[in-house]
Amino acid sequence: MTVNVTLLAVMGVMFATGIYLLLERSLTRVLLGIVLIGNGANLLLLATGGIPGLAPLYVEGAPAGAYSDPLPQALILTAIVITFAVTALLLAIIYRSWVIARRDEVVDDVEDRRVAAQSSFDPEEDTEIPLETTEFDPAAIPPPVDGAGTPAGEAGTGGPR
Amino acid sequence: MSAPLAAVSFAPLAVALPLLGAALAFVLRRHTGAQRAVTSSTLALTLVLEVWMLAGAWRHGAQAVLLGGWAPPWGISMVVDEFSSLMLVVSTCVSLAVLLYASGQGMADGERGGSISVFHPAYLILVAGVSNAFLAGDLFNLYVGFEILLTASYVLLTLGGTTARIRAAVTYVVVSVVSSVLFLLAIGMIYAATGTVNMADLALKLGEVAPGTQVVLHLMLFVAFGIKAAVFPLSFWLPDSYPTAPAPVTAVFAGLLTKVGVYAMVRTETLLFPGDRINSLLMVVALLTMLVGILGAVAQTDVKRMLSFTLTSHIGFMVFGLAVGNVVGLAAAVYYVAHHIIVQTSLFLVTGLIERRGGSSNVDRLGSLARLSPVLAVLFFIPAMNLAGIPPFSGFLGKLGLIQGGVELGTPLGWVLVGGSVATSLLTLLAVARVWNRAFWRKAEDAENPAPVLLATTSSGSPMTTYGTAANSGSRGDSALLPRGMVVPTAALVSLGVALTVFAGPLFQLSEQAARQMLERTPYIEAVFGAEATYAPGSLK
Repeated sequence: MTVNVTLLAVMGVMFATGIYLLLERSLTRVLLGIVLIGNGANLLLLATGGIPGLAPLYVEGAPAGAYSDPLPQALILTAIVITFAVTALLLAIIYRSWVIARRDEVVDDVEDRRVAAQSSFDPEEDTEIPLETTEFDPAAIPPPVDGAGTPAGEAGTGGPR
Repeated sequence: MSAPLAAVSFAPLAVALPLLGAALAFVLRRHTGAQRAVTSSTLALTLVLEVWMLAGAWRHGAQAVLLGGWAPPWGISMVVDEFSSLMLVVSTCVSLAVLLYASGQGMADGERGGSISVFHPAYLILVAGVSNAFLAGDLFNLYVGFEILLTASYVLLTLGGTTARIRAAVTYVVVSVVSSVLFLLAIGMIYAATGTVNMADLALKLGEVAPGTQVVLHLMLFVAFGIKAAVFPLSFWLPDSYPTAPAPVTAVFAGLLTKVGVYAMVRTETLLFPGDRINSLLMVVALLTMLVGILGAVAQTDVKRMLSFTLTSHIGFMVFGLAVGNVVGLAAAVYYVAHHIIVQTSLFLVTGLIERRGGSSNVDRLGSLARLSPVLAVLFFIPAMNLAGIPPFSGFLGKLGLIQGGVELGTPLGWVLVGGSVATSLLTLLAVARVWNRAFWRKAEDAENPAPVLLATTSSGSPMTTYGTAANSGSRGDSALLPRGMVVPTAALVSLGVALTVFAGPLFQLSEQAARQMLERTPYIEAVFGAEATYAPGSLK
């Protein structure tokens, strides 16, 4: 099988620039990157179809080897349609993002940042357990004789449930 | 070619019916009631058809239907075997339950018109894409199935177009497109190397390709499916994008989309590239997926995000079963996929209910739910314990099977994986128990920032009321805040998860049969090419 070097070189450039654009923060550039790598993939499919210039469909009396392979062309057609639909949808999303926030950028996840910044101290699990763990009504317990204990009025909040 | 093939010859309808239903639902977009009826009856009909196909596959093994009567490898074939039909039945059950839940939510909120009318058509297209991916007998059709479901999922994820959803959608769409392009590149290269994209034909021809080329093709497919299945280094996108969507959408995404990726990985490893070339890599990936995912889950305070992290973590269990490479492990992986689809979806549905009842899905704001709504507590508790793998439930049975597979393998890496999976189960229990303790058991007053709706119901009666009246006032709030149309589908899905335990015997038998047939490979190939295929048996190795 002969290899079309021009096709391969174009494909390489498309992938390189596409991936570069994909790593940008601006959404429009990301979209352009997606278009480029999508079409790079289409070129690869085209290259698998063999050398160009062969009979596409049916030529009277042509030998079997003189036909080009129709399958990659069918695959490319499907892939182009899919890339087209996704591009349109992404454009709509980018436009919406612009309408809402006036920005054309990938935004950080706020919740992610919050979880990452929270301290390892968990009030539920890490606070020291108070010494007084009785479940009895504190009001029913006689106050200490020296009178320095909790006044009965405050203790009453933990009444029967 | 006559009576026993009856069920399988209707296989294309599993894709066509939802697509037709989607078209009809789109036409009826102004009539919400008719749209709901069309969508749910389409799914119910599809489910009946798929159960019939499952019965056929169970009795007769793998069967193929050749679209348009074109002989393989030229025509498009759809293959129904035990694994694909089991996945179809489970996925459609879950989709139907989620659809009823979404309809119940819509009815309760009185939503009409606007972007909501897009929900039903997009949902049916998603189901069609999932079915197409499960049935696909050639790689390109699998790609088309993926694209159908992804495009529908882009629409569902951005419903309403709020700031948070647009932000999530950008990550999701870009990552999905990159994985699709990788998949397309792999298809192109595979076609260049073998001259076919039919999976049964590839199973015969890929073995003759130079080993170096095989590794490249294998790894490209692995990375493409790994992004979709969210295995460890490629799972960063999932917890970012799933939690922002509406509850039913997140539920169906969590249940189905990653599992389609897992399904494709299983097919790649068993049918296209058998042998243990990358099994060690798979094991390391499985271990890291489990551990990193669950450590992320433990750190979260938002229930939806916590569940998204457990979702990525438990994908590791399935990859574990696949990497072990013996019948026991693979059978357990098949069972685990079915279990996880149902349980993860029901947990997300319950989280939707928690959000309605408690006004938030953040455990810092929740409390008292066990007292305010005992029904909700039961609905959360059962799938949560199921996910963590507490003995009577199916999660335990699946994990037990995986551990048996790992022990049977006996290599040091296998033992490390067994240990890692046990640790992951325990940490899963920790993560769901924290939600249980905080959202259900503690008093709302003790929460860091209690949601007003919880406090209102608690303090409306005097603090000194007896338990009975408090429960009564709680249940009065329940009927308003938890519409029956949402609770009943959730309860149905939770009981389906319990049914996986009750019918574990036949189900494990089915998964074992599926695993054996997949590892044998000949049933699949013979189903496509016919028993009198022109290949030499020696070429199968």
